[in-house]
Amino acid sequence: MKINEIQKLLDAKLYCGEDGLSRDVKSVCGSDLMSDVLAYNKDQSMLLTGLVNPQVIRTAVMMDMLCIVFVRSKTPSDEMLELAKDSGIVVMGTDMTMFTACGKLYAGGIVNDFRVK
Amino acid sequence: MSEELVFRFKVDGDDFTSAGQASVQVKKNLRQLGLSAEVIKRVSVAMYEGEINMVIHAGGGDAEVRVSEDYIEIVLDDKGPGIKNIDLAMQEGYSTASDTIRSLGFGAGMGLPNMRKYTDYMDIQSEIGVGTKIVMRVNC
Repeated sequence: MKINEIQKLLDAKLYCGEDGLSRDVKSVCGSDLMSDVLAYNKDQSMLLTGLVNPQVIRTAVMMDMLCIVFVRSKTPSDEMLELAKDSGIVVMGTDMTMFTACGKLYAGGIVNDFRVK
Repeated sequence: MSEELVFRFKVDGDDFTSAGQASVQVKKNLRQLGLSAEVIKRVSVAMYEGEINMVIHAGGGDAEVRVSEDYIEIVLDDKGPGIKNIDLAMQEGYSTASDTIRSLGFGAGMGLPNMRKYTDYMDIQSEIGVGTKIVMRVNC
């Protein structure tokens, strides 16, 4: 699914990374725990999170992610957006809760079924 | 590559906000060398977890990344309190991190296990009250 379609599905506001909106997301990781995001090397290209700090952006950089969406109206700081711009990551925000946002994406066709064992 | 390339970083232990900066820089440097995306990801995630650990537990330290023909070596050296029980620390879910660190998205006891998972070689030398030195290698 293209990032601009995700933006519509989640009714999301774009903070930065307009150039990346046509890029394709094949799988999504939803977590507030960065250690968990780092633990599974599954080529997940988008992060949904309610955690707001610079390590969220750096974690996404480490995992080669294309896009971060903050749920529950969490707002990234200017410093975080600078870090994201530096790495070409699309950053958006939605009023939806994590559960609702995940559900919309799953129903919309992003149906990665990763299990840890 | 005929010569070994070395990148050195001072990891600041006073400010959690900057934790991970060195790893982002390493990732940029490795990309310029034309290594495979998978190798770069494994090196940078292992270093990132190690860097975060140094900030959380040891008040910072020194990080060094050596690029040779066969592998990339990451050396993390700190003067922190040392790891009491390395076997326990290597278990997924075991952590001594504070609630503050947990609220920042880390301290879930995944750091050291993740570092082992992403690398081909890992050695931990730790002495209580003296510090910890971790050497990791990812084959190219």
